[in-house]
Amino acid sequence: MVACRQSLGFAAILAASMIGAAPAEAERIIPSISRHRVQVTSSFDGTQIVLFAAIDREAGAPPRNYDIVVTVFGPKQTVVTRRKARVLGIWANVASRTFINVPTFISVLTNKPIDGIVKPEVARRLQIGLENIVLPQQIGPDIADTVRDDPFRVNFVKLQVEQKLYSELNNGVTFVSPIVFRADIQLPAVAPIGSYEVDVKLLADGNMITRVNTAFELVKFGFEQRVADAARNHGVFYGLATVLMAFVTGWLASVVFRRD
Amino acid sequence: MQIYLPVADLPVDIFLVLAMGLAVGFISGLFGIGGGFLMTPLLIFIGVPPGVAVASVASHIAASSCSGAISYWRRNAIDVSLALMLLAGGFLGTAVGVWLFSLLRVLNQLDLTIGLSYVVLLSIVGMLMIIESVRVIIRERQGKPVVLRRGGSHTWVHGLPMKMRFKRSKIYVSVIPIWVIGFVIGFIGAIMGIGGGFILVPMLIYFLRVPSATVIGTSMVLTLITMAAATFMHAITNHLVDAVLALILMVGGVIGAQFGTRAGQSMKGEWLRLSLGLLVLAVGLRFAFELVVQPDTLYSIRQTGGG
Repeated sequence: MVACRQSLGFAAILAASMIGAAPAEAERIIPSISRHRVQVTSSFDGTQIVLFAAIDREAGAPPRNYDIVVTVFGPKQTVVTRRKARVLGIWANVASRTFINVPTFISVLTNKPIDGIVKPEVARRLQIGLENIVLPQQIGPDIADTVRDDPFRVNFVKLQVEQKLYSELNNGVTFVSPIVFRADIQLPAVAPIGSYEVDVKLLADGNMITRVNTAFELVKFGFEQRVADAARNHGVFYGLATVLMAFVTGWLASVVFRRD
Repeated sequence: MQIYLPVADLPVDIFLVLAMGLAVGFISGLFGIGGGFLMTPLLIFIGVPPGVAVASVASHIAASSCSGAISYWRRNAIDVSLALMLLAGGFLGTAVGVWLFSLLRVLNQLDLTIGLSYVVLLSIVGMLMIIESVRVIIRERQGKPVVLRRGGSHTWVHGLPMKMRFKRSKIYVSVIPIWVIGFVIGFIGAIMGIGGGFILVPMLIYFLRVPSATVIGTSMVLTLITMAAATFMHAITNHLVDAVLALILMVGGVIGAQFGTRAGQSMKGEWLRLSLGLLVLAVGLRFAFELVVQPDTLYSIRQTGGG
C-alpha cells in the first residue's frame, strides 16, 4: 500500500518534471511529500513522512554530483534555558537565557556528512546543520544568535537532541537515481502539534544551486481534538465535567467494592 | 500500550500511569491523605509538564478522596461540622497562598521556594511523626500503660475562647485553632500544589485531640472539597487539566484507595503513623538530595507561559 502510493507519487513527479515549463535556473527541485496532514490520534506514537523529489535539469545541462540538505522546522516557541550553580550548598537556577521563537523541532537530513558537502563558512551562511541554524536569543537588549560554542546554545541543542526534538542524520537522504531522491522524515512521539516547514536545498561542488519549500502539519484528530478544544475554549464546562468525573469515579468505586 | 494525552501533548504508557494511580491510591486510602506530594513528582518524572501534572493530580486526589470519604461516611466516621469549620479557614488560606504564589513567580524564585518548602515541611513533619509513634511503640513494648491524653489532659489550645462542641468527634474546643489549621492547610496547598492531608491528620490529632475514629474521614472530606475546587480553578484559569490523564489516574486511584482503606482499618494507629512518617521523611530527603547533589545536567529548558 505504502510502496504503491510512493510509486504513484514518483510517477507524478516524473510527469511533472517532463511537462515543466522552462526553468530560470539550470536545475530545479520538484518535491512531493507523502502526507501534508498527519493526524494525531490516541494511539499516536510517532510517524514517518517520506519526501520524494526529482531534480529537473535544463536540456543539455551537464550531469553533476548533487548533494541534498533537507531541513524540517517544527512550530516556533519561546523557551527559557536555565543554568544551575551551587549557592550555599544548594543547586539553584542562577542564570537563564531566553530563546525567542526557536523551532520546537528541527531535523537535518543529508545524503552524506555535512563537511563533505560544503565548507564550514558556506554551511554557516546557508544555515546547514544544527550548529549553523540561527537560534535567536535575548542577550541584554538585543536579539541575536551567539557563537556556536556558547554554553547556553550548546546545552540547549544538546537537551533538544536528547529529547529527540532536534536531530541531524547524514544518511537521511538517499538517491533513487542520479536525479531522484527520497528523504525519510522521522517524527517522534513528542513532536509538537502545529505546522512544519520543509526546506530542501540542492547543492553541487560545495555551492547551493537552488532550494524549494514544502510543508505539512501535525493535527489532533477526533476525540483528542475535542478534548483539547474543550480544555482551551470551554474551561468552565470542562472543569465541571472533570470534577463530576472525579465524583462519579469515586462513587462507582465505593459501590463496586462495597462489602458491608 | 501507549495513549496520547490531548492536553499534555505527549504519549504515555497507560499501564504505567494506571499502576502509579493504584499505588498512590492505596497509600492515600491507607493514611487518609491525598497523595499529591507523591503523584506530582512521579508524573513530572515520566515527562508530564509540571503545570499539567499539578492540575491533573488535583482531580485524581478529588476522585480517590471521594471514594474514601463515601466508605468512611457509611461507617459514620466523618465529623461534618468539624470539616466545615476547617474549610472556612481553608478558603482564606488558599486565597493568600495563591497571591504569594504569583508574587514568587514574578520574583523568579518559585522553583527554589517549592523545592525548599517540600524539604523543610516534609522532613520536619516526617521526623515528628516518627519520634512520636516510636515513643508510643516503645512504651507499649515495655509494658507501661499508654498514656491516654484524651479526656483529662488539657493544653493551651483548650484555654482559647469561642468554644464549640463537636459531637461526632466528642471534643469541645475553640474554633480559633481549627480556623488556623484550615488556613495553614489551604495556604500550603496553594503554594506546594498538594492537598495537605498528611499534615492535616497529625495536626488534628495533636492539637485538637480528634479521635482516630473520625480524623481520617474528616480529613478526606476536606481534601475532597479543596481538590474539587482546585481542579475547577486550574481548568478555568490556566487550562492545564488533562482529562485523559486524570481519568487513568482516577481509575487506578479509586481502586487503590479502597484496598488502602481496608488495610488501614486493620493496622494499629502508631504503626500507621510510623510508616507515614517514614514515607513523608523519605520524600523530603529525596527533594533535599536533588537540591544538594550536583545534577547530571546543569541546564534545563522551560517553556515560557506553561507550567
